[in-house]
Amino acid sequence: MSDKTRFGQKILIVDDSEMNRDILSEMLGKEYEIIEAENGEQAVAILQKQSVEISLVLLDIVMPVMDGYEVLAVMNSNHWIEDVPVIMISSESSPAVIDRAYELGVSDFISRPFDALIVRRRVVNTILLYAKQKKLEGLVADQIYEKEKNSSLMIAILSHIVEFRNGESGLHVLHVQNYTEIMLRRLIQITDKYNLSSDDITLISNASALHDIGKISIDDAILNKPGKLTKEEFEIMKTHSSIGASMLGELSVYQNEPLVKIAYEICRWHHERYDGRGYPDGLSGDKIPISAQVVALADVYDALTSKRVYKKAFPHETAVNMILNGECGTFNPIILECFQDVADEIERKSRSDTMDHNYERELQSVSDEMIRHEELSASERTLNLLKHERMKNNFFTAIADEIYFEYTEMPALITFSALGAKKLGIREYIMDPLQDAELMSRIGEENLKQLSGLLRNTTPKQPVIQYDCKISFNGDVQDTKVICRAVWSSDEPPRYTGAVGKFVQLGSEEMVTEILEQISFQDTLTGLMNYEYSKKLIQKVLGNRKNSKFVLAIIDVDGLDTANRKYGHAFGDNLLMHMAERVRRCIKKGDIAARAGGDEILLFVECDGDREEEIRRIFASLGEENGVFPVSVCIGAVMADLTDVTYDVLLLEAGQALCAAKKSGKGQICFYDSSMKDLMSVFTPIDERHL
Amino acid sequence: MTLKECYDVLGGDYENAVGRLMNDRILQKFVFKFLNDGSYDMLIRSMEAEDYKEAFRAAHTMKGVCQNLSFTVLGESSSHLTEALRAEKSEEYQELLEAVKEDYRRTVAAIQVLKAEC
Repeated sequence: MSDKTRFGQKILIVDDSEMNRDILSEMLGKEYEIIEAENGEQAVAILQKQSVEISLVLLDIVMPVMDGYEVLAVMNSNHWIEDVPVIMISSESSPAVIDRAYELGVSDFISRPFDALIVRRRVVNTILLYAKQKKLEGLVADQIYEKEKNSSLMIAILSHIVEFRNGESGLHVLHVQNYTEIMLRRLIQITDKYNLSSDDITLISNASALHDIGKISIDDAILNKPGKLTKEEFEIMKTHSSIGASMLGELSVYQNEPLVKIAYEICRWHHERYDGRGYPDGLSGDKIPISAQVVALADVYDALTSKRVYKKAFPHETAVNMILNGECGTFNPIILECFQDVADEIERKSRSDTMDHNYERELQSVSDEMIRHEELSASERTLNLLKHERMKNNFFTAIADEIYFEYTEMPALITFSALGAKKLGIREYIMDPLQDAELMSRIGEENLKQLSGLLRNTTPKQPVIQYDCKISFNGDVQDTKVICRAVWSSDEPPRYTGAVGKFVQLGSEEMVTEILEQISFQDTLTGLMNYEYSKKLIQKVLGNRKNSKFVLAIIDVDGLDTANRKYGHAFGDNLLMHMAERVRRCIKKGDIAARAGGDEILLFVECDGDREEEIRRIFASLGEENGVFPVSVCIGAVMADLTDVTYDVLLLEAGQALCAAKKSGKGQICFYDSSMKDLMSVFTPIDERHL
Repeated sequence: MTLKECYDVLGGDYENAVGRLMNDRILQKFVFKFLNDGSYDMLIRSMEAEDYKEAFRAAHTMKGVCQNLSFTVLGESSSHLTEALRAEKSEEYQELLEAVKEDYRRTVAAIQVLKAEC
């Protein structure tokens, strides 16, 4: 489930300056896939579609259309911020700006001018931090998903971590996790005695988050008592370590999970002492697991340096001295050595707000995800499917010559197809469409309201509506039909979540006629003109152009009947299409080629030179092999000198010439002369057959 | 003219920029790219149209770009204009804009000389 943390990390760069985006891209190098957005609105649209795939957002503050703060607000209201870390990039460095950004959940800040090393380092760190979170989520969520039994307990444990966030405990859990990791990293530098891998360290520091889960069962009055605990109260307090351990120990099905094993060790033994005087088991020396030993020290240091209901916070130096002097229990000398080595780093970490923000959110996110675990695993399982669907959708939208749109309620965002946006003369992505002046100027405020109302009033069973209105396409107002389908969620009760739809321009009168003509003059099979239309055109030419020389010819494909019988109609159709294509290629612009009959193609060619030669040239280029079927044609042609000839006469004479040609066999060509005047025309135009 | 000399003429910090951008070649690429950056035109247009909100954004963007390239002089004058626009001190606009124009001309001229020699 954590695939996206391992492969093909995508970074979204949001900055209105192309130059700044380029510099950042250059600095990040080829390790990442970079997606760019030039304003907040584009960024939101990209996140809307692919937030699950984006590993990090680099976000500028001051931008047109929609600024960085607004993007963060949208990311918060949609909970994207929990999964997609954001690094703010800005030249604004006033505390107010930085504070506001952190409050809105950014992980880090990069200020201008960009420094390649810093940019790379912060990006890597932030991605790693979130990857760790994903790993923990993944570990626990996968178990829950696989083994439904007992999942309620695991959820309960983790959801209680949220409660720890109230007051000191939240930060405490996070600090202990941080300090544990820092000390362990130092430990493996100075000794290999404990045989710890980097993965083990990650596992231990993750598991350390659970060290105090036993406190769930301790009475609040004792847990949050402002003064010193009585002896009895302290005894009760001490039970939290064994209670925590047994909570984990009772999870019969998870016992083999390393996370649970280590969490068990930590819960049970983080109050043991190296000299054997701790609780609950009085273990001594290295009988205490190394995980619990390190967590114990981290726990003590954080308790000393934090304010508690019963005490003030000690300064760092004081706390370090108290620990080193043995005032707070006895520890393994090696661990004390580690602690001393990394004390400065620990102090820096304790002050780092950024980390706290992250970890708090990390924890919050873990728990929230646990509670919604079904949703989570479902979304992981459908991720690939979604990707595929989106790819398909993007492709079709990009090539479609139509105006599509998609609308989502949360966030309120309308996305037009690229062509749609162009036709409307509007942006592709529009936030809060009902408030958008530009959109209103195209569609009209009243229409927008009507549409929105109609969509909301649909039902999941009848989600489709049609709405006729006038819409301005780049200033050209046209009657338009809006066809939309409301999208309803599948939960109970269903919620209206948005809509998809299409604008159909009904257009002006001329446009409608043009479209109708376009449809009607073409022969659907061959793409040539249809007979009806060619006849009109030829008659028009005959009426107007008295001084030109023309040839009217009928081309008949030999043996098409046989071909149809032998190879099927699809073959015959293919053959005809093939011939049509060849005819199209060998005629000039202005010549007319039409599908005149079932098997015949009509040609009307203007020619000042040798007309016979011209027709022979066309004839030659048509009679070639076509796959398995040897193709030949017969042509009957008539010279039209436009002196008092009518179309009908020309057509008759061409038909008679064709008859003469066919009588001579396949692949023949005949030009009409008076000797043919008694022959039957072998040609009947399409339109007359149906009369 | 070297890139360093170009920086001297336009009033920038070459060492700082090359240090941050890792190498001379990449820096030069972005310096040339500055000639196509639209924020100056946008600034001039929106100042003329008295659209000061847009002008603020353009000046701000220009400032950011200058910072990234360590164009110190132009960065400063555009920063002053940005701040005046932010605080809506309209009495200062004209003078600060003139300074930006002057610095921009010098910067572009220097880059063009460098580019012509490449």
